[in-house]
Amino acid sequence: MNLKLLKLLNKNCRRSNREIAVMTGRTEQEIDESIEKLEKDGVIRGYKAVIDWERLDNTYVSAIIELTVTPKAGAGFEEVAKKVMKYPEVESVYLMSGAYDLNVVVKGKTFQEVAMFVAKELSTLENVTSTTTHFVLRRYKELDVELFDEKSDDRGSYSF
Amino acid sequence: MIDYNKVLNPSVVQLKPSGIRRFFDIAETMEDVVSLGVGEPDFSTPWQIRKEGITALEQSHTRYTANRGLMKLRTTIANYIGRKYDLHYRPETEILVTVGGSEAIDMAIRSVVSEGDEVIIPQPSYVCYEPITKLAGGTPVIVETKAEDRFKLTPEALKVAITPKTKALILPYPCNPTGAIMERDDLLAIAEVLKDTDILVISDEIYSELTFGKNSHVSFGALPGMAERTIVINGFSKAFSMTGWRLGYACGPAPLIKQITKIHQYAIMCAPTMSQYAAIAAMTACDDVVEKMLEEYDMRRRMIVAGFNDLGLHCHEPLGAFYAFPSIKSTGLSSEEFCEKLLYSKHVAIVPGTAFGDSGEGFVRASYCYSTDHIKKALQRIGEFLQEL
Repeated sequence: MNLKLLKLLNKNCRRSNREIAVMTGRTEQEIDESIEKLEKDGVIRGYKAVIDWERLDNTYVSAIIELTVTPKAGAGFEEVAKKVMKYPEVESVYLMSGAYDLNVVVKGKTFQEVAMFVAKELSTLENVTSTTTHFVLRRYKELDVELFDEKSDDRGSYSF
Repeated sequence: MIDYNKVLNPSVVQLKPSGIRRFFDIAETMEDVVSLGVGEPDFSTPWQIRKEGITALEQSHTRYTANRGLMKLRTTIANYIGRKYDLHYRPETEILVTVGGSEAIDMAIRSVVSEGDEVIIPQPSYVCYEPITKLAGGTPVIVETKAEDRFKLTPEALKVAITPKTKALILPYPCNPTGAIMERDDLLAIAEVLKDTDILVISDEIYSELTFGKNSHVSFGALPGMAERTIVINGFSKAFSMTGWRLGYACGPAPLIKQITKIHQYAIMCAPTMSQYAAIAAMTACDDVVEKMLEEYDMRRRMIVAGFNDLGLHCHEPLGAFYAFPSIKSTGLSSEEFCEKLLYSKHVAIVPGTAFGDSGEGFVRASYCYSTDHIKKALQRIGEFLQEL
C-alpha cells in the first residue's frame, strides 16, 4: 500500500493528501499517518522541485566527477564519501562499481567555478588518487521528468 | 446532373450522423480546449508491441495473411482468452482476426440478421449497433438500462423485449459510456432467460481488460452452455493502447465463424499483417504493462468520480471501461444543452449521454483517458461553469 503512495509522491509531491486518499481509495487520515511514518522512518528524505535551470537567466553548470580513491583499511570508501558529501557544491555522491569509485555530481555558476572546486577541493582530499570531470552540456530528462515541452495530445477533442 | 438522393441507398441516407459531430466542429474552432471527450487511451502502445511491429516491417511481413489471420496469432488469442476468461475456442475454426472489434461487430450482425429480424440493444451503449442492424434490414429493439440498476441489463427488461422475431441480443459490457459491468450472477440471470430460445448473443467485450476493484471480467461465452449461442468480440485497441493498429477478433461456434469469414474475405481480405505480428507480443509479453496502465486508470477513475460527486453531479461508480457517466439532471439542462454551454463558456469537451441513445438523457460521458492534472483542470472548469449557471 505504501509503495503506491510513494510512487505517487515520487511523481508529484505537491498533491494534497486528500487527493491521494481519493486516488488510492484510502482515507485522508490514513495518508497523513503513512506519510508521517515514512518521514520519521527516513524512507522519505525530502521533497524537491524538478527545475529546468536553463530556462532562467542565471547561469547553472553541473558536472559529473569520477573519483578514484584508495580505500582505507577498516573504513573502505566511506570516509572519503562522507567528506565529499558535506560540500554544498556537491549534489550527489554514489559509490560505483567499475573503473572508478565515487561518482560525484557538482554544481556551480560557471565551468570555471566547478573546475576550480574539483582542482582545489576534491582532488586534494586524502586518498583521492585521480579525478575526471565531465561537464553536462544539456539536460533532456531529470528525475523522471522530461525537460521539454510536452508533446501535445494528437487525439482531437472527441471520439467514441 | 446526378440526383444523388436517387442513387444513394435510402437506408444509408436515413442513418443519423454521429451525435458528437456538431460538438467536434465547434471544438475545432476553439483554442485551449480541455477535452474529456476521447474514447481511446492516452498511453502509447507498449514498446514491446511497437518493436514487434517494426521487426515485422524489417522482415518484410507486408503481404496478406490467411483470411482468418495468422495461425500463430489465433493460437495466441486462444491461449490468452483461455487463461484470462476461461473461454475455449479452436484457433483453426472458431477464431477470426478482424480489423478492430468494429469489423467483427459489423460482420457478426450482418451474418445473422436479415429483413425483419429484431436485435435487442441495451442503451446507453456504443453507437454502432443500431445503424449496423438497420443496414442489415433488421429492427433494433432498444432496452433502456437505468442508473438505479447501475446500467446493467436486467432479465426482466430483456424478457419484455423478446418477441418471436428476436434474432440476437447485443451485450455491450463493460459498457461505453456508462462504465457498467455485468457480474457473473447478472449474466447467469440473462442466460436463464435465453437458454431455451434460439437467440444469439453478440457479446462486445472490447473493454474486458478494464475492470476495477475485485471485479474481473466474466465473459458470457464462458457461462455453462452459452458458448453455442455466443459470438465473443474483443480486440487489442483498449487493453493494449493499440487503437490505430486496427486489430480485433471474433470467437464463436465454427458454423457461425465460417459464414462470418466469408464476409471478411470478400470485404477485407485480412487484418493488417504488421499489426498481427505485433499483437502476438501484446498477448504474451505485456501483462505487467497492462497491469500498470490499469492501476493508473483506477486512480484517475477514483479522482474523476469523487470530483463529479463533490461538484454535486451525482456519479455512480463505474466498474469498467474508462468513462464516468455523471447525472446532470440537477442543473435542469438537457445533456446537449449542458455540453454545448460547457464547451462555449469553459472550453471543456464532454459527450452528451444522448449520443449513446435517448436513454442517455440527463447524463454526460467524461473519459478519464487523461492525466490527473488534465482531469483536475477540466473538473475545475466544470465547477466554475456550475457556479455561473
